[in-house]
Amino acid sequence: MTKIELTVDGASVSDDVEPRMLLVQYLREKLGKTGTVIGCDTSNCGACTVHLNGRSVKSCNVLAVQCDGAEVTTVEGLSQDGTLHQVQESFRECHGLQCGFCTPGMIMQSIDLLNENPNPTEEEVRLGLEGNLCRCTGYHNIVKSVLHAAGASTGSTTESQEVSA
Amino acid sequence: MIPTQFDYVAPTSIQDALAALAEHGDDAKIIAGGQSLLPVLRMRLNAPEMVIHLGKIDSLRAARDDGDAIVIGAMTTHHDVLHDPLVNEHAALIAKAVEHLADAQIRHRGTFGGALAHADPAGDLGAPTLALGAEFVIAGSGGTRTVTAEDYFVDLFETAIGEDEILTEIRVPKHTGWGVHYEKFVRVVHQWPIVAVAAAVKSNGSTISEAKIGLTNMGNTPVRARGTEAGLAGAELTEDGVRAACDRAAEGTNPPSDLNGDADYRRHLATVITRRAVLKAAHV
Amino acid sequence: MTATQERPAEQVEREIGKDRRRKEDQRLITGRTRWTDNITLPGMLHLAMVRSPFAHATITSIETEAAKASRNVVTVLTGEDLADTQGVLINAWPITTDQVAPTHLPVAIGRVAFAGEVVAVVVARTAAEARDAAELVDVNYDELPAALDLKEACAADSNNGVLAHPDLGTNKSAFWKFDSAEAGTGGDVDAAIEKARGDGIVIEREYRQQRLIPAFMEPRSTVVDPTGEQITMWSATQIPHILRFALAATTGVPESKIRVIAPDVGGAFGGKLQTTPEEWIVFAVARRLGKPVKFTETRSESLMTGHHGRDQWQKLTLSAEKDGTVTGLKVELTTDLGSHVALLGGGVPVLGAFMYNAIYKFPAYQFNCQTVLTNKTWTDAYRGAGRPEATYAIERIMDELAVEVGVDPFAIREQNWITHEEFPFTSVCGLEYDSGNYEAATAKAKEVFGYDELRAEQKQRRESNDLVQLGIGISTFTEMCGLAPSRVLGSLNYGAGGWEHASVRMLATGKVEILTGASAHGQGHETAFSQIVADRLGVPFEDVEVLHGDTQIAHKGLDTYGSRSLVVGGEALVLAVDKVIERAKPLAAHLLEASVDDLEFAEGRFSVRGTDQGLGIAEVALAAFAAHNYPEGTEPGIDAEATYDPINFNYPHGTHLCAMEVDTETGAVKMRKYVCCDDIGNIINPLIVAGQVHGGLVQGIAQALWEEAVYDDAGTLVSGSFVDYLLPTAADTISFEVEHTTSPSLTNTLGTKGVGEAGTIASTPAVVNAVVDAIRHLGINDIQMPCTPERVWKAIHAKDGGGDKPTEGAAMPHFDASEPGTDSTEGAGQ
Repeated sequence: MTKIELTVDGASVSDDVEPRMLLVQYLREKLGKTGTVIGCDTSNCGACTVHLNGRSVKSCNVLAVQCDGAEVTTVEGLSQDGTLHQVQESFRECHGLQCGFCTPGMIMQSIDLLNENPNPTEEEVRLGLEGNLCRCTGYHNIVKSVLHAAGASTGSTTESQEVSA
Repeated sequence: MIPTQFDYVAPTSIQDALAALAEHGDDAKIIAGGQSLLPVLRMRLNAPEMVIHLGKIDSLRAARDDGDAIVIGAMTTHHDVLHDPLVNEHAALIAKAVEHLADAQIRHRGTFGGALAHADPAGDLGAPTLALGAEFVIAGSGGTRTVTAEDYFVDLFETAIGEDEILTEIRVPKHTGWGVHYEKFVRVVHQWPIVAVAAAVKSNGSTISEAKIGLTNMGNTPVRARGTEAGLAGAELTEDGVRAACDRAAEGTNPPSDLNGDADYRRHLATVITRRAVLKAAHV
Repeated sequence: MTATQERPAEQVEREIGKDRRRKEDQRLITGRTRWTDNITLPGMLHLAMVRSPFAHATITSIETEAAKASRNVVTVLTGEDLADTQGVLINAWPITTDQVAPTHLPVAIGRVAFAGEVVAVVVARTAAEARDAAELVDVNYDELPAALDLKEACAADSNNGVLAHPDLGTNKSAFWKFDSAEAGTGGDVDAAIEKARGDGIVIEREYRQQRLIPAFMEPRSTVVDPTGEQITMWSATQIPHILRFALAATTGVPESKIRVIAPDVGGAFGGKLQTTPEEWIVFAVARRLGKPVKFTETRSESLMTGHHGRDQWQKLTLSAEKDGTVTGLKVELTTDLGSHVALLGGGVPVLGAFMYNAIYKFPAYQFNCQTVLTNKTWTDAYRGAGRPEATYAIERIMDELAVEVGVDPFAIREQNWITHEEFPFTSVCGLEYDSGNYEAATAKAKEVFGYDELRAEQKQRRESNDLVQLGIGISTFTEMCGLAPSRVLGSLNYGAGGWEHASVRMLATGKVEILTGASAHGQGHETAFSQIVADRLGVPFEDVEVLHGDTQIAHKGLDTYGSRSLVVGGEALVLAVDKVIERAKPLAAHLLEASVDDLEFAEGRFSVRGTDQGLGIAEVALAAFAAHNYPEGTEPGIDAEATYDPINFNYPHGTHLCAMEVDTETGAVKMRKYVCCDDIGNIINPLIVAGQVHGGLVQGIAQALWEEAVYDDAGTLVSGSFVDYLLPTAADTISFEVEHTTSPSLTNTLGTKGVGEAGTIASTPAVVNAVVDAIRHLGINDIQMPCTPERVWKAIHAKDGGGDKPTEGAAMPHFDASEPGTDSTEGAGQ
């Protein structure tokens, strides 16, 4: 067992973990943070995406022991005092989710995408989400959600804010 | 999905890392960003007893200017390589290849050296480093040695790095001002390249003086398209001008046959993708 | 939206038709989700499965001692150990009375019949320890020849070829036929074909529906807790009610002692419409040990052992007059069941049996289907279940007919389709399509698509021999959904009915609780049903609570599949709500001291005609609860329930248009534009409908371009991870233009039609028609799906000048786990 100390969603935690424990397993099994999920075993689906030291990573592809001293943010750490993050709001507004399984990972990656590129084109959004699979939505409304969040954050109106059938 | 059990150590210096490696031999695996190793461990294709994490060794990160070359630390993440001003100015072909490597999350975590040490023939970094004539600096108990790209890529998932050695940095000769492009042929964006071409071209705008072409996934290791390179010297920068040379791209290659295409198809693809890469590199 | 029928004037709709944002989302976007894998119970044990690496083998020995001695392992169980308790998996739809179906045990005994079949189960305190121990279970096999090729398997018997189950003496499971002449619903197709050979047109084509994997994003998971009065099973399933029934029927545990809960379920698409070996194993082990037990599959296990979809060879013979008027259609299918007949296994192709004639007025029609056993993963429903296969075949062959006659592909369709005035129309299969308007949907789609402009561009590219060619693909689909009228199911030998149930509870504090037997897994039922109730009952949208997915709460239902939840479940809800109003009326009248005949109910309020006296429904509910003052001879309560059995299927339709670019140098194809105009009757929530269409489109497009479950010669699934089973990302797809026309259904109160599968059903042929259209001038009339660049390129450059030869793809995965042919349990289970 190896001791790790890190900050997860703003809270300090300390645990003894097996070195082989993946970060996603640590989050789910040790911390009970089941908002982050496992969708595959080849790091293709991105459903496990969290932020590690401010950058999006696939938590199935990081060992918990590698996170000693690090700061991790999951989907459960986004909302401040009950106020949703803009990206969360936009996903609801634009129907960017159906079953919700890919959604936490999709939201975390979308936030990272917008952190790096606050005003992306549709193509840039689509490329920026290439590491996240969704089976329900066909991506159309996910893309709309991200563009909506970009528009809302930068204060400009985008055509994507009209939600049409 | 769950790896086998292993011990773990996170040394803070290369010396300590080498010592740990020496102690465990082939029962140990180095983990850098983990983006190549962890998928292997999760599928239990490898069951090391000891995993040595290099993440606490700061000296292995970042790129620096070294006169006629730039030097990229093995632990530099793909993301940092992509955004590094030195890379973009002097070895832009590498940035082009990294831009479409895997996805953003993997680029945030995966490292330049880690991917090169893994040496997947479908990996994006082999072709550009080979094309630019990179040199691989490898540290062992007896000191460091430098291996040329030709000698570095040995076989499928096999490099010149010895069991008790660590890749510490990669030296890339400057190709400042060369036209560059990395063209990747895939069916879906997140796929390993079916065939990819790294092209660096020196031209005066209408004629090519020199071209360096690396091919991805056309053999067990990255391949230099030497026939094409020779044919491109002096070639006119038009579709027809480069066609004959690019039709030689598959010479000497041994592409795999798999779900995405058989060897013949890949050989054909190599010629088309090479032509497109060359023309795009030269902004035609 | 173009309405082709007006809605009834008295129905005030504030909610129906509105883009309500979903109630479900607050939890889902904040990660407060309740997936089955989240569940942790005191003393819970974990399972790991030991799976056969071989497609067909006898089990000669299983050595479990080393595994049993492994850290924190409780026990290791083989099929022999579980023989008395594990039960058996059943097929609920024997399509013929003489259907041949091998017994399917959850854990194999003696012989394995597909790669991935469970041969032993490890029980340990953690999942990691269970997995570690599973590697130590030593299984020895004698490999047997595997029946893998569908056509060869069909032809095999005891003396020739390979049998999937040697003791059966055949691989043929059932042969199902429909003939319009025999049924009295149409003419003699053989005669029509014969005649056409003489003085008309006969088109014969063979198409391949490749094997697909539903690949829902949430891997399946099951937890069973045997410690309560009832045994509780949580499972990532779309059929909790059917699951409960099947467990009771096959394990001897009384139905009343079983509770099944589908908590949050992360997508299903028919892939979780199954009674699975893993569920039966978890149930048996939990009962045996008296402790809660969990099993969550890995993605590799899911792709390998979760049931697959499609997998058919389709032979079509179409006869027509010289001018293109169709006279007959004969369909001959050979379909792959996999190793066992799954829950609805053989029935899936039959669900498409009445849809090959589609929107066209075929006078004669015949459908033949031979279902075949092989040593591959079993197959069952996957989005569309039989109808995408049908729509693909007919829409592809109609394009062929257009080429033969020399007319635009729209012209041939217009010439043969049912016109708007002809509805209701009884098809050559005897089904009555209630409403539709193919003309309006087509006109709208063409306009939005810019059809004429794109045809002009196509022409220009052809004339200039452009390296990138443009193709336009059409799909004018209809489908039959809203499964299903129970009597029809009975006549097809289907094991259950097709009704749905709803209960409405009027709570004392004015809130409304709905119990529905539908089982959502992303479809937004809570929101849509709240909209319906809000309008019908006149209560605020926010005051409606929709409960589902728990057999102890929403006790009665037949779950969700076949685009039935709104048209059948929604209708049950409407009927239940109307009953509430009926029950409330006498109580309201009593309280208002008025006659029942003088009462009107509108917007949630009972009012006495001609006065301003009235009572809100919530007040009536409270009065019913208090029961201080209610009419003699009545019950103090206004709750109500209804079970609705649909009187007909439901027939949405649409016109889909796809523009594809084909790079003739590499064979790569790229989608330029996709427009669809779907008629799904009245729309409750346009936002949810659009989402269903988008998701359906991408799955259908993915079949056309990317997905295929590939087996190697040893019967191993080589496309066994997301590295090799290609799902598209946002970077591979485009935004769509989704339009609607409205032909309300005549067979339910809300006038709605199903939409869940429509996008998938329509899009696959639209895409392939476009790819073929782009390069038809090079002599090509088919590309086998998925249209890989290699297949397209080889078709263009084939030495005999093009044609429809399918290409072989060699079967090495990128990420190869082990040497083929090695007898090893390494990697046998992940």
